[in-house]
Amino acid sequence: MFDLYGRGWQMLEGGLVTVQLCLTVLPFMIILGLLGASAKLSRYRSLRIIGESYTVIIRGIPELLVILLIYFGGTIAVQNLAELIGGEAVRVDIPAFWSGVAALALVQGAFASEVFRAAMQSIPVGQIEAATACGMTPAQIFLRIKLPQLWRFALPGLNNLFQVLIKDTALISVVGVEEILRKAAVGAGTEKAPFTFYLVAMAMFLAFTTVSLFVFSRLEKRASRGIARA
Amino acid sequence: MFEDLIYVLTKYDTWLWQGFLLTLQLLAVSVVFGTLIAIPLAVARVSKLVWVQALPFAFIYVFRGTPLIAQLFMMYYGCGQLIANIEGIQDHWSWTYLRDPYWYCLLTFVLNTAAYMAEIMRGGIQNVPNGEIEAARACGMRPATIYRRIIFPRMWQIIWPAYTNDVIFTLKATSLASTVTMMELTGAARKIVARTALPYEAFISAGVIYLIIVYVLTFGFKGIEKYLRRNENRKENKSVLAKAGGHI
Repeated sequence: MFDLYGRGWQMLEGGLVTVQLCLTVLPFMIILGLLGASAKLSRYRSLRIIGESYTVIIRGIPELLVILLIYFGGTIAVQNLAELIGGEAVRVDIPAFWSGVAALALVQGAFASEVFRAAMQSIPVGQIEAATACGMTPAQIFLRIKLPQLWRFALPGLNNLFQVLIKDTALISVVGVEEILRKAAVGAGTEKAPFTFYLVAMAMFLAFTTVSLFVFSRLEKRASRGIARA
Repeated sequence: MFEDLIYVLTKYDTWLWQGFLLTLQLLAVSVVFGTLIAIPLAVARVSKLVWVQALPFAFIYVFRGTPLIAQLFMMYYGCGQLIANIEGIQDHWSWTYLRDPYWYCLLTFVLNTAAYMAEIMRGGIQNVPNGEIEAARACGMRPATIYRRIIFPRMWQIIWPAYTNDVIFTLKATSLASTVTMMELTGAARKIVARTALPYEAFISAGVIYLIIVYVLTFGFKGIEKYLRRNENRKENKSVLAKAGGHI
């Protein structure tokens, strides 16, 4: 059934790369998001300005442009850096996969920082005060009080972001990473059957986003299991 | 470094200007027609009849669940080829339009925008306070009148911030037109990079132009929001926003 001119396996391999892309970006996106959110809520004005401008700039620029900038610009930057350190011109290539991961993490991190900022602000101040009164250190407060609740408040937003992330990985096909859409484009070209191949690609993406929605709704239920329903 | 930037900006200024105009054109058409299609979709989507809401549900689900770039390729290469296979179509007068990527881009963007906006409007319609609709019904208004006088004005107030976000999302989406050889802002930047091998100068110039468009749009839409909420009490205003924030 899943023959596709003998390219069914190719498409599944592409699916695997898409999953790899998503899961590789995820931790970087969360770290950048937490850093961005902490910067925005910082006591220092300069950090707040950095955090805010990060979001404002990334939000206004197309993802595709960021991907292209990092792919083409990143190679030059690394080469210049290598030249500066090594003293001689070397040819360095950043793999398309990793430049794609960097671009998507940068973009999604900006949106994640908004999600985490909102989540941090919805933690009641009284709890933080109570923890301080108990003598907890800021690190302990973060680990014991903030983080477990952050997760619960941030989940709906992260759900949205992960949907966007899955769809944005398709953009990396533009710089040649062999994910679903790239595989479909190659198949469409060689077999002269674009309609079939893009239909399969869309079905695969739809399956991924649907699974992600399902997993997140389970996680949301789990995260709020200790909360009484109104 | 700056010589390169000035070189790019002076030598290729017409490309960037043309790209800017094409981007604005794609954005305007997508938003206007997307909104026009989204309204009936959203109204059908909130229907209580399963067979009325099934079709808009499927449409919104597919267009929101798949990448825009896949939809664009599907439309341009997939449907494009199906059309090209029609007997004698290549001699027909309409062939000049049927092979132009411009129309495929527009169609994809319009449908995609419509799906996203319909989902926002659905949230807005469902968040109109029930008492107001009941009151209108008690006054003897027919459903069409209720929509025109109560639900739609209320919906626009509720969804406006999310709608603004969606317009900016559409602006960024128009950059995908460059993948099917359109010369909008991103396409122009890519072509400059191919010519000059100056990725920073070209891409960052394009990025700054996008940021300026976003800034102007946000400013304009904030002004319209004030107009939409002109006859609202300040306190009430905040509670409606808070209510909508959770669902949109």
